[in-house]
Amino acid sequence: MHPVARQALLAALEDGWADPDRLYAAGRRAQQLREAATATVAQCIGVRPDEVTFLPSGTAAAHAAVLGGLAGRARAGKTFVHSAIEHSAVLHAAARHEQAREVGVDRLGRLDLTAWGEAVSAPGTALAALISASHEVGTVQPIEEAAAVCADNGVPLYVDAAQSLGHSPVPAGWSLLTASARKWGGPAGVGLLVVRKGVRWLSPYPGDDLHRPHAEGSVNLPEIVAAAASLRAVMAEAEAEAARLGPLIEKIREKVAETVPDVEIVGDPDVRLPHLVTFSCLYVDGEALLHALDRHGFAVSSGSSCTASTLRPSHVLEAMGVLSHGNVRVSLHRGSTEADVDRFLAVLPGLVEAIRKEAGM
Amino acid sequence: MIEVDSRGRRCPLPIIDLAKAMPGVEVGEVVRVLADDPAAANDIPAWCRMKGQEYLGSPEADAYEVRKVR
Repeated sequence: MHPVARQALLAALEDGWADPDRLYAAGRRAQQLREAATATVAQCIGVRPDEVTFLPSGTAAAHAAVLGGLAGRARAGKTFVHSAIEHSAVLHAAARHEQAREVGVDRLGRLDLTAWGEAVSAPGTALAALISASHEVGTVQPIEEAAAVCADNGVPLYVDAAQSLGHSPVPAGWSLLTASARKWGGPAGVGLLVVRKGVRWLSPYPGDDLHRPHAEGSVNLPEIVAAAASLRAVMAEAEAEAARLGPLIEKIREKVAETVPDVEIVGDPDVRLPHLVTFSCLYVDGEALLHALDRHGFAVSSGSSCTASTLRPSHVLEAMGVLSHGNVRVSLHRGSTEADVDRFLAVLPGLVEAIRKEAGM
Repeated sequence: MIEVDSRGRRCPLPIIDLAKAMPGVEVGEVVRVLADDPAAANDIPAWCRMKGQEYLGSPEADAYEVRKVR
């Protein structure tokens, strides 16, 4: 967690424990905190405060965006168009819907804009979804071009910005946007849903007749305050952090390709998130590599099937047609140093070699 | 045609089995890999691309054909 989030959380626990919808003094103080947090987030994203809603997680926000966005457009159509590399929360929401149309990506994980145009312009398209940047491989998506196609066809665009908000500028042209505070260094229990004015959103949840999104039940105000404070802090540092982390990621991309044989560096080499790199090592069990790195103090993720609860390889790697086993995703954060990266690069080739040797390769 | 039976083996084992079989395959010959791990459908073509071999496709469920071209 970002130190600003921690400070704000502790302060807000003192002052923001009451229900902000109550009229007594503590409730009014809580209400002021909620309004200040909402205004901060709105300013960071460049929207109006009444377009911002806090939900209990990024997943809850993604579900609300997809289901509420589709419900609001029920009269216009039923088809939900989405890229093949959306987060699983979006895909699971799509599965609830009778008609979904998937648009593919190329080997680098970039949206097929021609297929996107065909899908969005087809009759009966209610909503389109495009992730701002792939959470697994870091490839930044052509949001503004995709949004222009949506605008031409009168279809609202939902952007899942969980991976990029706080790291890179917010693209223009979307109708709905979601994010998750833990991804920008805030607390885990805060999701963000932004619905632009004029976009029809209907609550997909029972017992609710408000045509405006809001959390089911009471909100965790101290965490919301911490989320807003950390978003502002992270965005103020974003440019400097990107300038610091970008070359470190570049170094990992170059060195891994040089020092590890039979490796595939995944994702767009240029149009990508500044803090994330993914690669796949041939003949390597992803789980074994993850544990070996963990023993050396490196916490990395993997899209390999052996590390997934589903025992299926990552749908993102599959959509790109890149090697899915031996997959490692390195995310750098504000505490990551060049020395950490160098140590990672020093131990990785030996660990990969040992796992291959054990498998007889 | 050479057959590599990797059924019941989890990824990356089917790919390792395929790689280990290659030295015994003549250039131009086809290897059929039998694998029921869901990752094989993605990783066998990816292996062919990385190793410069020709992926011929999946003639039936859980079967994949590769032609040795080098």
